[in-house]
Amino acid sequence: MRRSDPRQWFASGAPWIWLQAAAVSLSLVMVLGLLLLVATRGLAHFWPSPVEEWLVDAPGEAPRVLMGQVHRSEWVSAERLREAGIELPDDVGGEVRRHLLKIGNRDVAGQDFTWILDRNIRDRSRPLNALVVERTQWGRFIGRLVGIREAGRLVSLGNEPWPELQERLDRVTDLRQRIDEIERREMTSVNYRLERLRLEEIGLNRSRAPGEVAGGPAFDRLAEERAVLQRRFDALAGELAVLFQEIRRDSLLLATAAGDEVEVSLAVVLDAWRPNAMDRRQRFSHYGEQLWAFVSEPPREANTAGGIYPALFGTVLMVILMSVFVTPLGVIAAVYLREYATQGWFTRFVRISVNNLAGVPSIVYGVFGLGFFIYVVGGGIDQLFFSEALPAPTFGTGGLFWASLTLALLTLPVVIVSTEEGLTRIPRSVREGSMALGATRWETLWRTILPMASPGIMTGVILAVARAAGEVAPLMLVGVVKLAPSLPLDGDFPYLHLDRKFMHLGFHIYDVGFQSPNVEAARPLVYATALLLVLITLVLNLAAIAIRNRLRERYRDLEAQ
Amino acid sequence: MNAHPLSGVSLKPGDSDRLRARRQRRDRIAHRVIMLGGLSVVAAMLLILGYLLWVVLPLAGAPEAQAERLGVKPAWSEEAGETRLFAVDERGDLGLRLARDGSFRFFRLPGGEVVAEERLPLGPEETVRRARAADADPGRVAVATSAGRVFLVSYDFDRQPAAPGALPPVAVAFTVAYGGEGRFFSRRAIDDLDYDDAQDRLLIAVLAGGELVVEQAEKRTDFLTGEVRLESGLARRNLGFTPRGVVLDGNHRWVTVGDATGRLHRFVLPGLEPLDGLDLERGELTALQGLAGGVSLLVGWADGSISQVFPVRDDDPAGGTYTLQHIRDFDALDAPVTHLLPESRRRGFAAVSERGALGLYHSTAGRQVLETTLPGSATAALAFPPRADQLLQLDVTGELTRIRIDNPHPEVSFSTLWRAVWYENYPAPGYTWQSTAANDDFEPKFSLTPLALGTFKASLYAMLFAVPVALLGATYTAVFMAPALRRKVKPAIELMAALPTVILGFLAGLWLAPFIEENLAGLFSLMLLVPAGLLAFAYLWHASGLKQRFSGLRGWEPLLLIPVMIGLAVLALWLAGPLQQALVGGDLREWLSQEAGISYDQRNAIIVGIAMGFSIIPIIFSIAEDALYAVPTTLSDGSLALGATRWQSLIRIVLPTASPGIFSGLMIGLGRAVGETMIVLMATGNTPIMGWSAFEGMRTLAANIAIEMPESSVASTHFRVLFLSALVLFVFTFVVNTVAEVIRQRLRERYASL
Repeated sequence: MRRSDPRQWFASGAPWIWLQAAAVSLSLVMVLGLLLLVATRGLAHFWPSPVEEWLVDAPGEAPRVLMGQVHRSEWVSAERLREAGIELPDDVGGEVRRHLLKIGNRDVAGQDFTWILDRNIRDRSRPLNALVVERTQWGRFIGRLVGIREAGRLVSLGNEPWPELQERLDRVTDLRQRIDEIERREMTSVNYRLERLRLEEIGLNRSRAPGEVAGGPAFDRLAEERAVLQRRFDALAGELAVLFQEIRRDSLLLATAAGDEVEVSLAVVLDAWRPNAMDRRQRFSHYGEQLWAFVSEPPREANTAGGIYPALFGTVLMVILMSVFVTPLGVIAAVYLREYATQGWFTRFVRISVNNLAGVPSIVYGVFGLGFFIYVVGGGIDQLFFSEALPAPTFGTGGLFWASLTLALLTLPVVIVSTEEGLTRIPRSVREGSMALGATRWETLWRTILPMASPGIMTGVILAVARAAGEVAPLMLVGVVKLAPSLPLDGDFPYLHLDRKFMHLGFHIYDVGFQSPNVEAARPLVYATALLLVLITLVLNLAAIAIRNRLRERYRDLEAQ
Repeated sequence: MNAHPLSGVSLKPGDSDRLRARRQRRDRIAHRVIMLGGLSVVAAMLLILGYLLWVVLPLAGAPEAQAERLGVKPAWSEEAGETRLFAVDERGDLGLRLARDGSFRFFRLPGGEVVAEERLPLGPEETVRRARAADADPGRVAVATSAGRVFLVSYDFDRQPAAPGALPPVAVAFTVAYGGEGRFFSRRAIDDLDYDDAQDRLLIAVLAGGELVVEQAEKRTDFLTGEVRLESGLARRNLGFTPRGVVLDGNHRWVTVGDATGRLHRFVLPGLEPLDGLDLERGELTALQGLAGGVSLLVGWADGSISQVFPVRDDDPAGGTYTLQHIRDFDALDAPVTHLLPESRRRGFAAVSERGALGLYHSTAGRQVLETTLPGSATAALAFPPRADQLLQLDVTGELTRIRIDNPHPEVSFSTLWRAVWYENYPAPGYTWQSTAANDDFEPKFSLTPLALGTFKASLYAMLFAVPVALLGATYTAVFMAPALRRKVKPAIELMAALPTVILGFLAGLWLAPFIEENLAGLFSLMLLVPAGLLAFAYLWHASGLKQRFSGLRGWEPLLLIPVMIGLAVLALWLAGPLQQALVGGDLREWLSQEAGISYDQRNAIIVGIAMGFSIIPIIFSIAEDALYAVPTTLSDGSLALGATRWQSLIRIVLPTASPGIFSGLMIGLGRAVGETMIVLMATGNTPIMGWSAFEGMRTLAANIAIEMPESSVASTHFRVLFLSALVLFVFTFVVNTVAEVIRQRLRERYASL
């Protein structure tokens, strides 16, 4: 047949078209594959995976019993294992399967994870009474529950302790919440106010004429307020001491897989579950709880455990502030370009400027933010208004305000371009109609044009927010930290602390993934954080696309006229 | 909201005018605000550019020196020509002069009033011949006398609190350390000496009557009394030539002695065996001086030129022998060099000629920063405060001149930033970026070349991956794809652009890098087998008649290819093991490092190429696709009607028409790749190396800023150089984007005319 002559087929250019199609396929596979990878890795972590009990008999070592959750499994070449100094019988060749087992018990074993060769496992089981305990320190404990002690006295033994444990865990959780509230909220607030009093006193001393004695009503008021706060602080400290005593009352007697008994104070236990004894409903509800804890709790253990709430909060707050700065500026600039300026070389120049600003690498904005906003403007503000705190900088160092301002500058072109697009789509007739009825230019703009362009503006702001939420490089220079001691929004005047440093999801990923002391333990959390960040940006972008499409639909009829 | 002009509310007479005036006023205000808003965009861009320039420009600023004759002839300055030690302290307001008779005068500046006076216990007829301050601490001085002994002296200025407006009273703590007798070196008068006082050792090298004598002492602290004793040994060598100048090595490995004919001789410590020599053949040597850090030597010649030499380690890494080498020459002064004075914190120095010309130099930058003429008579003594922001000259008539120096960044010049520089302890000139190190003697090395090269390397590999995929994909999507599919695919690929780069970087560093390290052979088999397999599949599809049966699939091929591609990829990965076994007889990565001698980093250019390629595919894709899609269909329809195939119509008609748009997409993609930070930061090892190897990492300008900016101190050279790299990025993307934008606007005009 003529049509199957390969030379002819090549000459027709058809292979090229197929390769072009393949390029599209490759792009799609990469996008979907990436989303799938992040989603599976990120979501799998919270599932209460079963606890395995293995009898491991490795050559050259005494047999031992291990308990743990399989973290991941892989095939490796026997050759590579031998090079790494792992003993294998000579007849083993090719690929060998091995598992990374999360054995927990870092306080006992010294490490969380261990590699086990599949061929060395002699016996496997999933004991129903296997217990996983989530702790505030030393990571998870995996083993069995032996008993419960109350104030040093054994109160429960054998199989009954499990229901008992649940009750006592609830009690401890309540106590911990109260402690947390006192430590994080009330005491921090008292300390913050004390610090303000101290600065106020420095200010008073500075304004005092030379030779004048420190005293007078202003000083008395300070002393009085300080005394009140100090009393409040002491009261809180007293309450805290009682609570600490209460929370330390109970402890768990636990046994490791090898049979060693360990006593763990219930004060450090966050949660405990028996994954092998759970039914499907329980598993799902546990999964949901863990997911919720991830987004609603602060991180623990140098960011390798716990949640990401402060990072999420910081990201959202920073992005909101940024939109407050960028929206008016971007809209005004776009209105100028489209409605007010005479189209000519100058508007051309401005458009090229906008385009250039969009193409400037984000790190350059970071450098500019650090140099100009922080050192020049922030340093000036400190000299003028916060001189009593110097040399400790207030606005002369990175913080929420400068970060949002820097990102506002970075995302300005996005809003301008999108708003301009919205304005372009409004037909001339609308403007002319409004003007013909006697409205001024401003009235036309405010009552007719801007409402009609609002979807375009919305699109721009959403795209800007999506961009800002994922941007990390400039933030590293202008105020993001790996662990912020307090949120930038709290109950102390002025409530929104623009000078505070904050945490950010994107930076959290970089920091935990690359600077963490325990990468293996932190990795699932990084995937989960990445998933959250991807979801946020995707949802925002999809929203922007949807709005843009609706905008196009809406003006299609008008344009046709 | 009372009485809206359009709402038809009846108005009282007079109200209407007032209302109109108010509306007009509002309109004018709005106009102004909006004008201002529009201009603010341009202002923002100019502000960024201007601010970056403002920080960077001092690097290029010409240093200034202002000579100011203090107009005082202090009482202590009689016999100025016989000054043995002359020093200024950190703040530049206190000084010290040691005279021939062993008297130390501590004085204030600029007036020259004496605040304290001390005298060494010299014997009758004994005079001070020479004195030197230790490199590490200017407050420790060795004084050599005509009786062949050396006194070790330490002093410290102690400023006391003063009443406002008054000068602070100054006390001077002065001690003759390690016994007041001095340390005897020779029976003859000492001609010259060098002195080094480190944490736990102390070295004194003296030249006395043609003999080199070196004392090497360990400091031993008595645990009970806290007293420091010296445990020392002396080594001697008869030189057999007329020495002129002696310099101790900062690491106490050798001593270098110059002779009058211009030859340098090196002797090994502790035994003083001759090591090697270097003859520069420049005529008479007039000054010899060690540079800060203790590695380099400066030689001043009778013809006014100055040379720098230092020992260079041989290429042979096992040998580790050093030979003294001539490194560079500096612009000559007008007459024989009489004084060479090193700065104590930088590799800068000052040189003075017989006729009073003063040159300021920076050794590593290899340049004369400044040349000027000293007022007054011939120089008797010179002193830099440690900060080197002024130079104090005492002339032979006893008059003081202060030269204020504004020279903040002598180490940076175009050639140190971009050309090869021969640094101390390096075997050859090279391109090095190393801004900080643990030890104090360290000299920062600011070569932007490896960073610029790293930036281009990263962009190159990213473009290598992204350009084919993006352009092929864009062509297919714009020209051949079914419209229903196009409406879904285009936003899907554009969503790729919205993915935060920190996520791409994190996946590249923590997932892709280990994966490719394990499956390096798999990567190559993927690159070979998948395209080949796809073509084979396409041919089979065509030849077997399936194409006719499923003709509705035309325009939907990408969906058909997805499962095929995944299948081929799995096959390729599976085949990789046997393939590498057959080709290189084992693991490809081990073969690379052991047989081919190619080093392999886990986080290398391939990883960056893939990850950064991923992030710029959607950018190029989107712009190129728009350009291709905007080509009027009448053009391609016409060509098809004339009998061209789809492929011919694409190659001959559509592509050429859209090519400016495609080019602009490539430019913008490149601009993005050059400035991308997070991916490079996370997916490479961030080592600033020079090399194009795909299996090694790199450090880019952007990643370098992200790493070092937070630690650099404001207004330092490092800070400004980092700003310079930001400026380079800004200007580069500025040019690229402007070109792209201009091309795109041209293209738009062309389409409008079609």
